[in-house]
Amino acid sequence: MTSERARPAAPVGRLVDEFHKLPGIGPKTAQRLTYYLVRMPEEQARSLAGAILAVKDRIILCSHCHNITESDPCAICDNPSRDRTRICVVEEPLDVLALERTNTYFGLYHVLHGVISPMNGVGPDDLKIGPLLARLRSADMREVVLATNPNLEGEATSMYIHRLIAPLGIRVTRPARGLPVGGDLEYADEDTLGRAIEGRQDF
Amino acid sequence: MPRHRSYKTEAIVLRQTSLGEADRILTLFTVDGGKLRAVARGVRRPGSRLGGHIELLNRVSVSLGTGRQLDVVSEAQTLQTYPRLRADLERLSMAVYMAEMVDLFSPERAASYTVYRLFADTLDRLQQTPIPDLLVRYFEMRLLELSGYRPEFQSCVECRAGLQPQDHRFICALGGVLCPSCRDTSNTPAIIISVGSMRVLRLLQRESSPSRLLELDIPHSIVGETERTLRTYIRFIAERELKSAEFMSLVARTARSLSPSAAEGHSPAPD
Repeated sequence: MTSERARPAAPVGRLVDEFHKLPGIGPKTAQRLTYYLVRMPEEQARSLAGAILAVKDRIILCSHCHNITESDPCAICDNPSRDRTRICVVEEPLDVLALERTNTYFGLYHVLHGVISPMNGVGPDDLKIGPLLARLRSADMREVVLATNPNLEGEATSMYIHRLIAPLGIRVTRPARGLPVGGDLEYADEDTLGRAIEGRQDF
Repeated sequence: MPRHRSYKTEAIVLRQTSLGEADRILTLFTVDGGKLRAVARGVRRPGSRLGGHIELLNRVSVSLGTGRQLDVVSEAQTLQTYPRLRADLERLSMAVYMAEMVDLFSPERAASYTVYRLFADTLDRLQQTPIPDLLVRYFEMRLLELSGYRPEFQSCVECRAGLQPQDHRFICALGGVLCPSCRDTSNTPAIIISVGSMRVLRLLQRESSPSRLLELDIPHSIVGETERTLRTYIRFIAERELKSAEFMSLVARTARSLSPSAAEGHSPAPD
Protein backbone atom coordinates (compact mmCIF):
# COMPACT_ATOMS: atom_id res chain seq x y z
CA MET A 1 0.00 0.00 0.00
CA THR A 2 1.32 3.44 -0.84
CA SER A 3 1.67 5.78 2.07
CA GLU A 4 -0.31 9.03 2.03
CA ARG A 5 2.15 11.88 1.77
CA ALA A 6 1.22 15.47 2.51
CA ARG A 7 1.30 17.55 -0.65
CA PRO A 8 1.07 21.34 -0.78
CA ALA A 9 -2.15 22.83 -2.12
CA ALA A 10 -2.09 23.16 -5.91
CA PRO A 11 -1.71 27.00 -6.09
CA VAL A 12 1.21 26.79 -3.66
CA GLY A 13 2.89 24.10 -5.73
CA ARG A 14 2.43 26.19 -8.86
CA LEU A 15 4.03 29.26 -7.29
CA VAL A 16 6.95 27.18 -6.02
CA ASP A 17 7.48 25.91 -9.58
CA GLU A 18 7.35 29.45 -10.95
CA PHE A 19 9.93 30.73 -8.46
CA HIS A 20 12.14 27.74 -9.19
CA LYS A 21 12.41 28.84 -12.83
CA LEU A 22 14.10 32.12 -11.80
CA PRO A 23 17.90 32.35 -11.94
CA GLY A 24 19.62 31.60 -8.66
CA ILE A 25 16.51 30.19 -6.97
CA GLY A 26 16.79 26.59 -5.84
CA PRO A 27 13.93 24.39 -4.63
CA LYS A 28 14.31 25.38 -0.97
CA THR A 29 14.46 29.11 -1.67
CA ALA A 30 11.41 28.75 -3.94
CA GLN A 31 9.49 27.12 -1.08
CA ARG A 32 10.61 29.75 1.41
CA LEU A 33 9.55 32.62 -0.85
CA THR A 34 6.20 30.97 -1.55
CA TYR A 35 5.33 30.43 2.11
CA TYR A 36 6.41 33.99 2.86
CA LEU A 37 4.00 35.22 0.19
CA VAL A 38 1.19 33.09 1.61
CA ARG A 39 1.50 34.97 4.89
CA MET A 40 1.97 38.38 3.25
CA PRO A 41 -0.86 41.00 3.57
CA GLU A 42 -3.04 41.02 0.49
CA GLU A 43 -2.24 44.57 -0.66
CA GLN A 44 1.50 43.87 -0.59
CA ALA A 45 1.00 40.75 -2.67
CA ARG A 46 -1.12 42.71 -5.16
CA SER A 47 1.53 45.41 -5.37
CA LEU A 48 4.18 42.77 -6.14
CA ALA A 49 1.99 41.16 -8.79
CA GLY A 50 1.30 44.62 -10.27
CA ALA A 51 5.03 45.42 -10.38
CA ILE A 52 5.73 42.19 -12.26
CA LEU A 53 3.00 42.92 -14.79
CA ALA A 54 4.16 46.55 -15.17
CA VAL A 55 7.64 45.35 -16.11
CA LYS A 56 6.16 43.18 -18.84
CA ASP A 57 3.58 45.72 -20.04
CA ARG A 58 5.54 48.95 -19.96
CA ILE A 59 9.15 48.02 -20.57
CA ILE A 60 10.31 47.94 -24.18
CA LEU A 61 13.65 47.88 -25.97
CA CYS A 62 14.97 51.23 -27.20
CA SER A 63 14.92 51.10 -31.00
CA HIS A 64 18.37 52.76 -31.11
CA CYS A 65 20.49 51.15 -28.41
CA HIS A 66 18.28 48.14 -27.50
CA ASN A 67 18.54 48.95 -23.82
CA ILE A 68 15.44 48.27 -21.76
CA THR A 69 13.38 51.43 -21.36
CA GLU A 70 9.94 52.85 -20.73
CA SER A 71 10.12 55.34 -23.60
CA ASP A 72 11.53 55.00 -27.09
CA PRO A 73 14.13 56.45 -27.64
CA CYS A 74 15.47 55.81 -24.14
CA ALA A 75 16.62 58.57 -21.78
CA ILE A 76 20.27 58.19 -22.85
CA CYS A 77 19.63 58.12 -26.61
CA ASP A 78 17.27 61.10 -26.20
CA ASN A 79 19.65 63.20 -24.08
CA PRO A 80 21.03 66.05 -26.26
CA SER A 81 24.12 66.48 -24.09
CA ARG A 82 25.46 62.97 -24.78
CA ASP A 83 28.35 62.59 -27.22
CA ARG A 84 26.74 61.12 -30.35
CA THR A 85 30.02 60.28 -32.04
CA ARG A 86 30.90 57.54 -29.55
CA ILE A 87 29.14 54.29 -28.97
CA CYS A 88 29.88 51.75 -26.28
CA VAL A 89 28.94 48.14 -27.02
CA VAL A 90 27.97 46.07 -23.97
CA GLU A 91 26.60 42.58 -23.39
CA GLU A 92 23.69 43.28 -21.03
CA PRO A 93 21.48 46.20 -19.88
CA LEU A 94 23.07 45.88 -16.42
CA ASP A 95 26.44 46.76 -17.97
CA VAL A 96 25.00 50.15 -19.02
CA LEU A 97 24.07 50.83 -15.39
CA ALA A 98 27.57 49.84 -14.25
CA LEU A 99 29.22 52.16 -16.79
CA GLU A 100 26.81 55.01 -15.98
CA ARG A 101 27.79 54.74 -12.31
CA THR A 102 31.41 55.50 -13.23
CA ASN A 103 30.40 58.99 -14.39
CA THR A 104 33.24 58.99 -16.90
CA TYR A 105 31.60 57.92 -20.16
CA PHE A 106 29.21 60.33 -21.87
CA GLY A 107 28.63 58.70 -25.25
CA LEU A 108 25.85 56.40 -26.43
CA TYR A 109 25.42 52.67 -25.85
CA HIS A 110 24.49 49.57 -27.76
CA VAL A 111 23.25 46.49 -25.89
CA LEU A 112 23.94 43.13 -27.57
CA HIS A 113 21.74 41.09 -25.21
CA GLY A 114 24.26 38.33 -24.80
CA VAL A 115 27.65 37.18 -25.97
CA ILE A 116 28.79 34.73 -28.64
CA SER A 117 28.92 31.42 -26.80
CA PRO A 118 28.81 28.47 -29.20
CA MET A 119 29.14 26.03 -26.30
CA ASN A 120 25.90 27.37 -24.87
CA GLY A 121 24.20 27.52 -28.26
CA VAL A 122 24.49 31.29 -28.82
CA GLY A 123 25.79 32.46 -32.19
CA PRO A 124 26.23 35.98 -33.65
CA ASP A 125 22.73 35.88 -35.18
CA ASP A 126 21.21 35.63 -31.72
CA LEU A 127 22.67 39.02 -30.74
CA LYS A 128 21.90 42.61 -31.79
CA ILE A 129 24.95 42.83 -34.05
CA GLY A 130 23.06 43.59 -37.28
CA PRO A 131 21.33 46.67 -35.77
CA LEU A 132 24.73 47.86 -34.46
CA LEU A 133 26.22 47.79 -37.96
CA ALA A 134 23.19 49.62 -39.32
CA ARG A 135 23.59 52.29 -36.64
CA LEU A 136 27.30 52.72 -37.36
CA ARG A 137 26.68 53.08 -41.08
CA SER A 138 23.90 55.61 -40.72
CA ALA A 139 25.51 58.03 -38.26
CA ASP A 140 28.76 59.95 -38.06
CA MET A 141 30.68 57.83 -35.53
CA ARG A 142 34.23 58.50 -34.39
CA GLU A 143 34.74 55.73 -31.87
CA VAL A 144 33.31 52.35 -30.94
CA VAL A 145 34.19 51.08 -27.45
CA LEU A 146 33.88 47.30 -27.33
CA ALA A 147 33.08 46.83 -23.63
CA THR A 148 32.21 43.14 -23.64
CA ASN A 149 33.39 41.19 -20.60
CA PRO A 150 37.14 40.52 -20.51
CA ASN A 151 36.75 36.76 -20.79
CA LEU A 152 37.09 34.37 -23.70
CA GLU A 153 33.53 34.69 -24.95
CA GLY A 154 33.52 38.48 -24.55
CA GLU A 155 36.84 38.65 -26.42
CA ALA A 156 35.56 36.41 -29.20
CA THR A 157 32.47 38.60 -29.55
CA SER A 158 34.57 41.76 -29.70
CA MET A 159 36.97 40.27 -32.24
CA TYR A 160 34.05 39.20 -34.40
CA ILE A 161 32.37 42.62 -34.23
CA HIS A 162 35.67 44.36 -34.85
CA ARG A 163 36.10 42.30 -38.00
CA LEU A 164 32.70 43.44 -39.26
CA ILE A 165 33.21 47.13 -38.49
CA ALA A 166 36.86 47.34 -39.59
CA PRO A 167 35.87 48.22 -43.20
CA LEU A 168 33.91 51.25 -41.92
CA GLY A 169 37.15 52.89 -40.77
CA ILE A 170 35.88 53.88 -37.33
CA ARG A 171 38.29 53.89 -34.38
CA VAL A 172 37.69 50.80 -32.24
CA THR A 173 38.82 50.63 -28.61
CA ARG A 174 38.65 48.21 -25.68
CA PRO A 175 38.54 49.17 -21.99
CA ALA A 176 41.93 48.68 -20.30
CA ARG A 177 42.59 45.59 -18.24
CA GLY A 178 44.48 45.22 -15.04
CA LEU A 179 44.35 44.76 -11.32
CA PRO A 180 41.04 45.28 -9.55
CA VAL A 181 40.77 47.74 -6.68
CA GLY A 182 41.22 45.79 -3.45
CA GLY A 183 42.95 43.00 -5.35
CA ASP A 184 45.94 40.97 -4.39
CA LEU A 185 48.99 40.62 -6.69
CA GLU A 186 49.75 37.18 -5.34
CA TYR A 187 46.41 35.81 -6.50
CA ALA A 188 46.24 37.53 -9.88
CA ASP A 189 46.30 35.26 -12.91
CA GLU A 190 49.14 35.64 -15.44
CA ASP A 191 46.98 37.24 -18.10
CA THR A 192 45.62 39.99 -15.86
CA LEU A 193 48.97 40.68 -14.19
CA GLY A 194 50.78 40.67 -17.55
CA ARG A 195 48.39 43.20 -19.04
CA ALA A 196 48.53 45.31 -15.91
CA ILE A 197 52.32 45.50 -16.20
CA GLU A 198 52.18 46.20 -19.94
CA GLY A 199 49.69 49.00 -19.42
CA ARG A 200 51.43 50.57 -16.41
CA GLN A 201 51.25 54.33 -16.07
CA ASP A 202 53.49 57.05 -14.67
CA PHE A 203 53.07 57.47 -10.96
CA MET B 1 39.48 8.05 -9.41
CA PRO B 2 38.61 7.56 -5.74
CA ARG B 3 36.37 10.32 -4.43
CA HIS B 4 37.92 11.81 -1.34
CA ARG B 5 36.59 14.82 0.50
CA SER B 6 38.98 16.97 -1.45
CA TYR B 7 41.32 16.25 -4.29
CA LYS B 8 43.68 17.97 -6.69
CA THR B 9 43.91 17.46 -10.42
CA GLU B 10 44.82 19.04 -13.72
CA ALA B 11 42.06 20.03 -16.13
CA ILE B 12 41.06 22.04 -19.18
CA VAL B 13 37.98 24.27 -18.81
CA LEU B 14 35.48 23.17 -21.47
CA ARG B 15 32.43 25.19 -20.61
CA GLN B 16 31.09 27.76 -18.18
CA THR B 17 27.55 28.64 -17.27
CA SER B 18 26.46 31.31 -14.82
CA LEU B 19 24.85 30.28 -11.56
CA GLY B 20 23.15 32.61 -9.08
CA GLU B 21 24.65 35.99 -8.16
CA ALA B 22 28.31 35.49 -8.89
CA ASP B 23 29.00 31.77 -9.27
CA ARG B 24 29.70 29.67 -12.30
CA ILE B 25 29.29 26.01 -13.10
CA LEU B 26 32.39 24.78 -14.91
CA THR B 27 32.66 21.75 -17.10
CA LEU B 28 36.21 20.50 -16.64
CA PHE B 29 37.99 17.81 -18.57
CA THR B 30 40.39 16.39 -16.02
CA VAL B 31 43.55 14.45 -16.72
CA ASP B 32 42.62 11.53 -14.47
CA GLY B 33 38.87 11.75 -13.91
CA GLY B 34 37.40 12.61 -17.33
CA LYS B 35 34.69 15.20 -17.71
CA LEU B 36 33.07 16.61 -14.59
CA ARG B 37 31.03 19.61 -13.57
CA ALA B 38 32.02 21.76 -10.61
CA VAL B 39 30.88 24.97 -8.98
CA ALA B 40 33.25 27.94 -8.77
CA ARG B 41 31.94 30.38 -6.18
CA GLY B 42 32.11 34.15 -6.52
CA VAL B 43 34.11 34.08 -9.73
CA ARG B 44 32.01 36.65 -11.57
CA ARG B 45 32.97 39.38 -9.11
CA PRO B 46 35.96 41.47 -10.09
CA GLY B 47 38.82 40.72 -7.78
CA SER B 48 37.85 37.08 -7.40
CA ARG B 49 40.96 35.02 -6.72
CA LEU B 50 39.70 32.22 -8.90
CA GLY B 51 38.12 34.23 -11.70
CA GLY B 52 40.99 34.76 -14.12
CA HIS B 53 42.40 31.30 -13.61
CA ILE B 54 39.36 29.29 -14.58
CA GLU B 55 38.82 31.08 -17.90
CA LEU B 56 37.48 28.94 -20.77
CA LEU B 57 40.10 26.73 -22.46
CA ASN B 58 42.70 27.39 -19.77
CA ARG B 59 44.73 24.42 -18.63
CA VAL B 60 44.64 24.64 -14.85
CA SER B 61 45.70 22.88 -11.71
CA VAL B 62 42.59 22.74 -9.50
CA SER B 63 41.70 21.68 -5.99
CA LEU B 64 38.16 20.43 -5.64
CA GLY B 65 36.00 19.54 -2.68
CA THR B 66 33.39 16.83 -3.04
CA GLY B 67 29.95 18.39 -2.78
CA ARG B 68 26.50 16.90 -2.42
CA GLN B 69 25.57 17.38 -6.06
CA LEU B 70 28.49 19.10 -7.71
CA ASP B 71 32.08 19.35 -6.56
CA VAL B 72 33.29 22.78 -5.54
CA VAL B 73 36.46 24.45 -6.82
CA SER B 74 38.49 25.62 -3.84
CA GLU B 75 41.68 26.69 -5.59
CA ALA B 76 42.85 27.09 -9.17
CA GLN B 77 46.18 27.96 -10.71
CA THR B 78 46.69 28.56 -14.43
CA LEU B 79 49.14 26.18 -16.10
CA GLN B 80 48.63 27.38 -19.68
CA THR B 81 46.44 30.07 -21.28
CA TYR B 82 47.06 29.64 -25.05
CA PRO B 83 47.37 33.40 -25.69
CA ARG B 84 47.76 33.00 -29.46
CA LEU B 85 44.40 31.28 -29.69
CA ARG B 86 42.78 34.12 -27.82
CA ALA B 87 44.21 36.72 -30.17
CA ASP B 88 43.11 35.06 -33.40
CA LEU B 89 39.42 34.61 -34.10
CA GLU B 90 39.89 31.73 -36.60
CA ARG B 91 41.98 29.67 -34.20
CA LEU B 92 39.79 30.59 -31.26
CA SER B 93 36.68 29.37 -33.08
CA MET B 94 38.51 26.11 -33.81
CA ALA B 95 39.56 25.69 -30.18
CA VAL B 96 35.99 26.28 -29.01
CA TYR B 97 34.81 23.73 -31.57
CA MET B 98 37.28 21.17 -30.23
CA ALA B 99 36.05 21.85 -26.70
CA GLU B 100 32.46 21.20 -27.79
CA MET B 101 33.60 17.97 -29.49
CA VAL B 102 35.35 16.78 -26.31
CA ASP B 103 32.27 17.70 -24.27
CA LEU B 104 30.02 15.87 -26.71
CA PHE B 105 32.06 12.68 -26.94
CA SER B 106 33.00 12.33 -23.26
CA PRO B 107 30.62 10.75 -20.78
CA GLU B 108 30.80 12.26 -17.27
CA ARG B 109 33.51 10.90 -14.97
CA ALA B 110 34.92 8.48 -17.51
CA ALA B 111 38.67 9.00 -17.30
CA SER B 112 40.55 9.12 -20.60
CA TYR B 113 44.16 10.17 -20.48
CA THR B 114 44.50 9.74 -24.26
CA VAL B 115 41.64 12.15 -25.00
CA TYR B 116 43.14 14.61 -22.51
CA ARG B 117 46.57 14.41 -24.14
CA LEU B 118 45.06 14.72 -27.61
CA PHE B 119 43.11 17.83 -26.61
CA ALA B 120 45.99 19.49 -24.76
CA ASP B 121 48.50 18.69 -27.54
CA THR B 122 46.17 19.93 -30.27
CA LEU B 123 45.51 23.20 -28.44
CA ASP B 124 49.27 23.59 -28.13
CA ARG B 125 49.89 22.94 -31.81
CA LEU B 126 46.94 25.10 -32.86
CA GLN B 127 48.83 28.09 -31.50
CA GLN B 128 51.59 27.85 -34.09
CA THR B 129 50.62 25.66 -37.02
CA PRO B 130 50.33 27.48 -40.35
CA ILE B 131 47.56 25.07 -41.44
CA PRO B 132 45.12 24.99 -38.52
CA ASP B 133 42.23 23.42 -40.47
CA LEU B 134 44.20 20.25 -41.24
CA LEU B 135 45.14 19.99 -37.57
CA VAL B 136 41.47 20.22 -36.61
CA ARG B 137 40.67 17.43 -39.11
CA TYR B 138 43.33 15.30 -37.44
CA PHE B 139 41.78 16.04 -34.05
CA GLU B 140 38.30 15.07 -35.28
CA MET B 141 39.56 11.81 -36.71
CA ARG B 142 41.49 10.86 -33.56
CA LEU B 143 38.62 11.80 -31.25
CA LEU B 144 36.18 9.75 -33.33
CA GLU B 145 38.51 6.78 -33.07
CA LEU B 146 39.11 7.16 -29.32
CA SER B 147 35.36 7.45 -28.76
CA GLY B 148 34.56 4.28 -30.68
CA TYR B 149 33.31 5.91 -33.90
CA ARG B 150 36.29 5.19 -36.16
CA PRO B 151 35.01 5.65 -39.73
CA GLU B 152 36.03 2.84 -42.12
CA PHE B 153 37.98 4.03 -45.18
CA GLN B 154 40.11 0.94 -45.90
CA SER B 155 37.58 -1.58 -47.17
CA CYS B 156 33.89 -1.89 -47.99
CA VAL B 157 31.76 -2.01 -44.81
CA GLU B 158 29.41 -4.59 -46.40
CA CYS B 159 31.59 -7.12 -48.24
CA ARG B 160 34.99 -6.25 -46.70
CA ALA B 161 36.52 -6.07 -50.19
CA GLY B 162 39.46 -3.75 -50.75
CA LEU B 163 38.72 -0.48 -52.56
CA GLN B 164 39.84 0.59 -56.03
CA PRO B 165 41.10 4.15 -56.55
CA GLN B 166 37.83 5.81 -57.65
CA ASP B 167 34.98 7.84 -56.11
CA HIS B 168 33.28 6.04 -53.23
CA ARG B 169 30.09 6.44 -51.23
CA PHE B 170 30.45 7.11 -47.49
CA ILE B 171 27.33 6.15 -45.53
CA CYS B 172 27.07 7.74 -42.06
CA ALA B 173 24.64 5.12 -40.76
CA LEU B 174 27.08 2.35 -41.71
CA GLY B 175 30.11 4.26 -40.44
CA GLY B 176 32.17 3.73 -43.58
CA VAL B 177 32.49 3.43 -47.34
CA LEU B 178 30.76 1.02 -49.71
CA CYS B 179 32.36 -0.59 -52.78
CA PRO B 180 30.53 0.03 -56.09
CA SER B 181 28.89 -3.42 -56.10
CA CYS B 182 27.37 -3.25 -52.59
CA ARG B 183 23.94 -1.76 -52.00
CA ASP B 184 23.31 0.76 -49.22
CA THR B 185 21.10 -1.20 -46.82
CA SER B 186 20.44 1.83 -44.60
CA ASN B 187 18.84 3.91 -47.39
CA THR B 188 20.41 7.10 -46.07
CA PRO B 189 22.12 9.86 -48.06
CA ALA B 190 25.66 9.08 -49.21
CA ILE B 191 28.64 11.42 -49.20
CA ILE B 192 30.80 11.02 -52.31
CA ILE B 193 34.49 10.78 -51.47
CA SER B 194 37.00 11.57 -54.20
CA VAL B 195 40.29 9.70 -54.62
CA GLY B 196 42.28 12.66 -53.30
CA SER B 197 40.04 13.13 -50.29
CA MET B 198 40.15 9.39 -49.51
CA ARG B 199 43.95 9.51 -49.48
CA VAL B 200 43.91 12.35 -46.92
CA LEU B 201 41.25 10.67 -44.77
CA ARG B 202 43.35 7.50 -44.61
CA LEU B 203 46.45 9.53 -43.86
CA LEU B 204 44.64 11.29 -41.01
CA GLN B 205 43.80 7.87 -39.57
CA ARG B 206 47.24 6.36 -40.03
CA GLU B 207 49.44 9.03 -38.50
CA SER B 208 49.91 8.72 -34.76
CA SER B 209 51.06 12.33 -34.53
CA PRO B 210 50.07 15.31 -36.69
CA SER B 211 53.68 16.52 -37.16
CA ARG B 212 54.30 14.75 -40.49
CA LEU B 213 50.84 15.55 -41.81
CA LEU B 214 51.36 19.23 -41.26
CA GLU B 215 54.50 19.11 -43.40
CA LEU B 216 52.61 17.78 -46.41
CA ASP B 217 51.35 20.16 -49.05
CA ILE B 218 47.69 19.18 -49.29
CA PRO B 219 45.51 21.34 -51.56
CA HIS B 220 43.00 23.48 -49.69
CA SER B 221 40.10 22.07 -51.71
CA ILE B 222 40.91 18.52 -50.55
CA VAL B 223 41.10 19.60 -46.90
CA GLY B 224 37.71 21.27 -47.44
CA GLU B 225 36.32 18.03 -48.82
CA THR B 226 37.51 15.99 -45.83
CA GLU B 227 36.03 18.69 -43.58
CA ARG B 228 32.59 18.28 -45.17
CA THR B 229 32.78 14.48 -44.87
CA LEU B 230 33.82 14.46 -41.21
CA ARG B 231 31.38 17.26 -40.38
CA THR B 232 28.47 15.33 -41.87
CA TYR B 233 29.51 12.18 -40.01
CA ILE B 234 29.86 14.05 -36.70
CA ARG B 235 26.49 15.74 -37.22
CA PHE B 236 25.00 12.28 -37.79
CA ILE B 237 26.50 10.93 -34.53
CA ALA B 238 25.58 14.03 -32.50
CA GLU B 239 22.11 14.12 -34.08
CA ARG B 240 22.42 17.90 -34.26
CA GLU B 241 24.55 20.63 -35.81
CA LEU B 242 27.24 21.79 -33.41
CA LYS B 243 26.81 25.53 -32.78
CA SER B 244 30.57 25.91 -32.53
CA ALA B 245 30.97 24.28 -35.97
CA GLU B 246 28.55 26.84 -37.42
CA PHE B 247 30.51 29.64 -35.76
CA MET B 248 33.81 28.23 -37.07
CA SER B 249 32.44 28.25 -40.64
CA LEU B 250 31.01 31.74 -40.21
CA VAL B 251 34.36 33.07 -39.01
CA ALA B 252 36.15 31.40 -41.93
CA ARG B 253 33.66 32.99 -44.35
CA THR B 254 34.00 36.50 -42.91
CA ALA B 255 37.80 36.18 -43.08
CA ARG B 256 37.62 35.34 -46.77
CA SER B 257 35.24 38.20 -47.52
CA LEU B 258 37.66 40.74 -46.05
CA SER B 259 40.93 41.83 -47.53
CA PRO B 260 43.94 40.15 -45.84
CA SER B 261 44.99 43.41 -44.22
CA ALA B 262 41.55 43.97 -42.70
CA ALA B 263 41.42 40.41 -41.40
CA GLU B 264 44.73 40.84 -39.61
CA GLY B 265 44.08 44.41 -38.48
CA HIS B 266 44.00 45.27 -34.80
CA SER B 267 42.22 48.09 -33.09
CA PRO B 268 44.14 51.35 -33.16
CA ALA B 269 43.97 51.60 -29.38
CA PRO B 270 47.44 51.63 -27.80
CA ASP B 271 48.50 48.12 -26.77
